[in-house]
Amino acid sequence: MHLTRRLLLGSVLSAAASLGGLPLVSAPADAEEITPGGSVVITSTQAPRHLNPAVQSGIATAVPGTQIFASLLKYDDNWQPQPYLAESWETSDDGLSVTVRLVEGATFHDGEPVTSEDVRFSIETVRDNHPFETMFAPVSAVETPDERTAVIRLSQPHPALLLAMSSALLPIIPEHVYGDGQDIQSHPANSAPIGSGPFRLADFEPGRQITLERYDDFFIDGRPYLDRIVIRIVPDPSAMVLALEAGEADILPFLTSSQNIRRLQENEKFAVTDKGYEGIGALNWLAFNTGEPPLDDVRVRQAIAYAVDRDFIVNALHRGVSKAQRGPIIESSPFFNPGIPAYDVDLDKARALLDEAGHPEGADGTRFSLTVDYIPGSGEQQKNIAEYLRSQLPKVGIGIEVRASPDFPTWAQRVSTYDFDLTLDSVFNWGDPVIGVHRTYLSSNIREGVIWSNTQQYANQTVDDILARAALEQDPEKRKALYDEFQMIVAEELPLYPINVIPYHTAYDTRLGNMPDSIWGVIQSMDELYWKEAP
Amino acid sequence: MLFVLKRLLFGLALLVGVVVLNFLLIRLAPGDAAAVIAGEMGGASEEILARIRSEYGLDKPILVQLGIYLADVLRGDLGQSYYFNQPVTALIAARIGPTILLVLTAQLFAIGLGVFMGVLAARRPQGWLSATVAVLSTVGYAAPVFWTGIMLTILFASMLPLFPVEGMVSARFDGNAFDYALDVAHHLVLPALTLGIIFLAQYARLSRAAMIEVLGADYVRTARAKGVRERSVVFKHALRNAVLPILTVAGLQFGNLISGALLVETVFNWPGMGRLAFESILRRDYPLLLGVLFFSALMVIVANLLTDLSYRLADPRIDQEGRRA
Repeated sequence: MHLTRRLLLGSVLSAAASLGGLPLVSAPADAEEITPGGSVVITSTQAPRHLNPAVQSGIATAVPGTQIFASLLKYDDNWQPQPYLAESWETSDDGLSVTVRLVEGATFHDGEPVTSEDVRFSIETVRDNHPFETMFAPVSAVETPDERTAVIRLSQPHPALLLAMSSALLPIIPEHVYGDGQDIQSHPANSAPIGSGPFRLADFEPGRQITLERYDDFFIDGRPYLDRIVIRIVPDPSAMVLALEAGEADILPFLTSSQNIRRLQENEKFAVTDKGYEGIGALNWLAFNTGEPPLDDVRVRQAIAYAVDRDFIVNALHRGVSKAQRGPIIESSPFFNPGIPAYDVDLDKARALLDEAGHPEGADGTRFSLTVDYIPGSGEQQKNIAEYLRSQLPKVGIGIEVRASPDFPTWAQRVSTYDFDLTLDSVFNWGDPVIGVHRTYLSSNIREGVIWSNTQQYANQTVDDILARAALEQDPEKRKALYDEFQMIVAEELPLYPINVIPYHTAYDTRLGNMPDSIWGVIQSMDELYWKEAP
Repeated sequence: MLFVLKRLLFGLALLVGVVVLNFLLIRLAPGDAAAVIAGEMGGASEEILARIRSEYGLDKPILVQLGIYLADVLRGDLGQSYYFNQPVTALIAARIGPTILLVLTAQLFAIGLGVFMGVLAARRPQGWLSATVAVLSTVGYAAPVFWTGIMLTILFASMLPLFPVEGMVSARFDGNAFDYALDVAHHLVLPALTLGIIFLAQYARLSRAAMIEVLGADYVRTARAKGVRERSVVFKHALRNAVLPILTVAGLQFGNLISGALLVETVFNWPGMGRLAFESILRRDYPLLLGVLFFSALMVIVANLLTDLSYRLADPRIDQEGRRA
């Protein structure tokens, strides 16, 4: 095995420590001697359709997808891009081109080299097929002056590009496999993928299990440390927890149930963390149908915000495992504006706003009644909040009927065709506001029948303009200022009332070292993961 | 032979009826597969939605879709799963084995132990053993299968970790065929027990009643009078005649076993057709759901056919037309 930089650093540190006569305290985990080998079992409640993230969003595909496919960049836990397949990258001064230099010696799992042509093919494929159209929409061309250099030409500056080149958002897929003329959405290689990531697919049993094996010719010497990663589909989160406790699984990502999280936190054999979900930025909110009275009146929406006790939801309903969320951008993002109004609970103010909006209390104390929908399947994060609203909002004279949907398609149909008053919703930020935030607020994204578009039907020309400018702004500070202004406006006009960050947690065996803790967590390469002691 | 042919034709007609009815019923549910796929993709544009719909033929009138589907089925093509984008037959082929294994194990366990319990109870109908069997079997029958499953998991997988919590094969499994069989058997215990317990009750009660009746019959008294040993009287003379109603019920119960397997598979994450059906309903994966229903119906029809045949083997008095001579 070649000495890696990290191993070298480790031995240099311990040598220095012993030479200097310093007491040898336990070194940080990543500087310890690493014994490669072993396998790790990761559970997933969702079964992926296939394993090609280039044409399929979502965490079910992203977890195996980021092990099989390498992206150009990684991101660290501080929102900074790091080299991966790209050893360097440079944005031109006018912001209209980004030059990427590939590492030497990277190969796909079939032995073919990774070239700039594959980069061009991958960007074009994602641009033309991925549901997140804003990621690469400004890419007008990708030039390939030599095998290891790709120049991405843009029709306008696009600061979100770097983030869109990381994690599952831009897997580098081989043109010689996926470029054979077959439809990419139904390409057979989506279920038998060939990538250049640290692990290659050994076996894919749809809906059951995905087995990944170490790719011996991975372009980072000595990595990955593990021999095998098994992703086991276990639809029931409680069964997942029992499996972890019984030693049948090692890593449980995307836990949300407070009961399960609390239970595992009490078990010293496991570590439980909420790090690694900053990039996804999964938010839970109460959306208003602003296209219909009485919710077309901003005062009514504000009144509801003042009537809802966010702290009660976070601390009582979610037993403190959730974090409160005030605005459209996740609070752990550098773009978050902490100055926006929080709408702390104030029932008198809520009543006053409703009076002012012309909705006096009727004889029975009710001003008007609304329905509230929720995404079926996630009780604690959705249904329980809906039930809470049914008991809370009548305090200010708003009658609430909770409307259940038997399954996801029914809910999606209702919300995307504007057949709702209020609905709880979960939407992901996906790292850069351009990718996951703009879609909810741009008036151009009011698209009937499309879920997670601007289903609130919120339209404000100023917001449209600010977002358009922020998408182009290359100066990070100016860009942040634009998003500050945007957050202020939508916090005031409130097309939706943000409630909490979905409390995604990862529980894992404490004998594992280098648990992924970047903003992307387990949807970034796990080539550094290793067993500190054999399980 | 004529009888078998008749039953085969009848089964075939039933299968076509099942397919048509299922096809129409499923389409009555709101929402479509394109919306689910788009949802899982993180929300897709109209273009992608339209492309998914046209790719899967969802934009055509429902009767046209039915016609296309029936023609495909006749050619042995059950279509592509919308969700997994793989042939339905391949997905089912991977799942039908585990379901059959689970159902047959549960059935054998239920019949074997149930009949044994019933016979024991029948020998002294007023005795304590008989009462215990009656109580146990009623409890087993009354308890919802998912409750039994969860209780068994808590007891024998969590508190007393004798058996695995979920799945059919350990995720870490890496060994030869013999180890594989052992691993599967280890995983099979709790699900088969859960599914078997419901039916255990029925077989116990049924065989108890049948045995009580048979043990009172003249030929049993004759056998005893001849000095035949009691064990031989019970198991050779009586049981052989009491087995007919049990066989009938075993055939009829096959459909219930399969629907019970759906719940058991979900509780234990058993990778069979039940879970596939459950997931395909949630995802509006019509071809896959229809395929699963098709195979379930086929299994029930085949099981009933086999019951009819075994009935005639067990009781030669039943003639060609299925009547008692």
